[in-house]
Amino acid sequence: MAVETVRGPSGNASQPRRRSDVWFFVAMGALSSCFVVLIIAMLVADLLFTSFADFKAAILKPEIRFAFTLTVASCTAAAILSLLVATPLGYVLSRYRFPGRGIIDVLVDIPIVLPPLVIGLSLLILFHFPINGWTLENWLRDDVGFGVTYRWPAVVLAQFSVACAFAVRTMRVTFDQIDPRGEDVARTLGCSRAQAFWIVALPQASRGMIAAATVAWARSLGEFGPILVFAGATRMRTEVLSTTVFLELSAGELSAAVAVSLIMVAIAGVVLVLLRLLNGGPAA
Amino acid sequence: MIQFMNVTIRAGQFALENISLEIPSGCYAVLMGQTGQGKTTILETICGLRGVTSGRILIGGVDMTDWSPSDRGIGYVPQDLALFTTMTVKEHLAFALQLRKQPQAFIRNRTDELANLLGIAPLMDRRIKNLSGGERQRVAIGRALSFHPNVLLLDEPFSALDRSTRKEMYSLVQQLKQTIGVTTIHVTHNEEDAETLADRFYTIDHGKLRITEIKERTLISG
Repeated sequence: MAVETVRGPSGNASQPRRRSDVWFFVAMGALSSCFVVLIIAMLVADLLFTSFADFKAAILKPEIRFAFTLTVASCTAAAILSLLVATPLGYVLSRYRFPGRGIIDVLVDIPIVLPPLVIGLSLLILFHFPINGWTLENWLRDDVGFGVTYRWPAVVLAQFSVACAFAVRTMRVTFDQIDPRGEDVARTLGCSRAQAFWIVALPQASRGMIAAATVAWARSLGEFGPILVFAGATRMRTEVLSTTVFLELSAGELSAAVAVSLIMVAIAGVVLVLLRLLNGGPAA
Repeated sequence: MIQFMNVTIRAGQFALENISLEIPSGCYAVLMGQTGQGKTTILETICGLRGVTSGRILIGGVDMTDWSPSDRGIGYVPQDLALFTTMTVKEHLAFALQLRKQPQAFIRNRTDELANLLGIAPLMDRRIKNLSGGERQRVAIGRALSFHPNVLLLDEPFSALDRSTRKEMYSLVQQLKQTIGVTTIHVTHNEEDAETLADRFYTIDHGKLRITEIKERTLISG
């Protein structure tokens, strides 16, 4: 409570009055709670709509079990790949000024701005674009022995294409917030640039790396459009949980779709809490 | 010995033109000037973090103008100290020695020696966030001295310290001068630093951006 001495027109001090901050907190709380309440309401509605029997049926379905495994594996692979690429790219964008840096900065943001479906379509065209009868997909499948399109690698690549952009943004901000003076001094102490990055910058960026992995993993979990276009929605082959929801919904199995949606919420919750614990922060 | 031969440094609108100076081996030189005159720029140029537009820089008679900072063997204590937040005091003191792949026994002896010299022996396992301003200053100086540098550069080393800690640091630096005798450039805007520590005393002139030697005292060596 703030106490203020009120002065009259003559400037003389009159009775002090006490002012309340209650309305400030009421207004802020009311506006802030709108979003939180919306999320809770949606989850509660989903829970009330479905039943334990629906859950049990969903979990026992081999297709959904396969989709669950593929989802966890592909999201983890996409998050690791995103981190591997985003860490050096975020560092370079944060630390160095070079010709073309502005263009790279814009290019990295394109997957964030574009509709995800367009990313899937672009990947499909890239892998099947003919150059004198040669296509990337044919070369990978026939010569390398590792076909991508409509197989599980397409799922990972579709997730990576979008998730990596978010991871790069996170790592860029992380390195922006780390004072480069530490790396400068490390170089005067005998570090090469690579050693300064590895020994000094990277340990300081550990929290940012966990945050980037979290963002990439969560983004991969929610990816649907590019997977549908580039990997297809073939059961027991390229089906992840987001496509399961779509397939069940298309087949009129609304209860199963809701049950799978809630399974996705549970997975996301577990992963986010685990990563927060790993980050040393509060889990809740 | 540090030699500047007609060195020009330009960065955007800022420029230091045609600087020539010679600081003998073992000399403790204090460089003074108003904020924004380029004192830090000179230190960064000596340790290789900033390039020169023209001219040559010689350290110990060797032309190091185009050398990487890692090859120059210069101990640098920046104004913000730039300590490594993820490391302990002991790891700071061992940092440069581990990079040079020194034997573990040698590293242990050297870090103990520095810790005793700097009065930070009880703090060896602490992280930086748990140290006071004066303790951090000592760690930064110890880190810079650990590998027996040819030259020590101190940028406003005592600016953030209270008066009593500053006095302690004067005693420490004077002790280091006597025991180590490394060629040092100490940048400051505090006249007491200069009066207490300087063997040679330089200023950067307003506007002219050149260095003038205005005072010389007896050198410790060289």
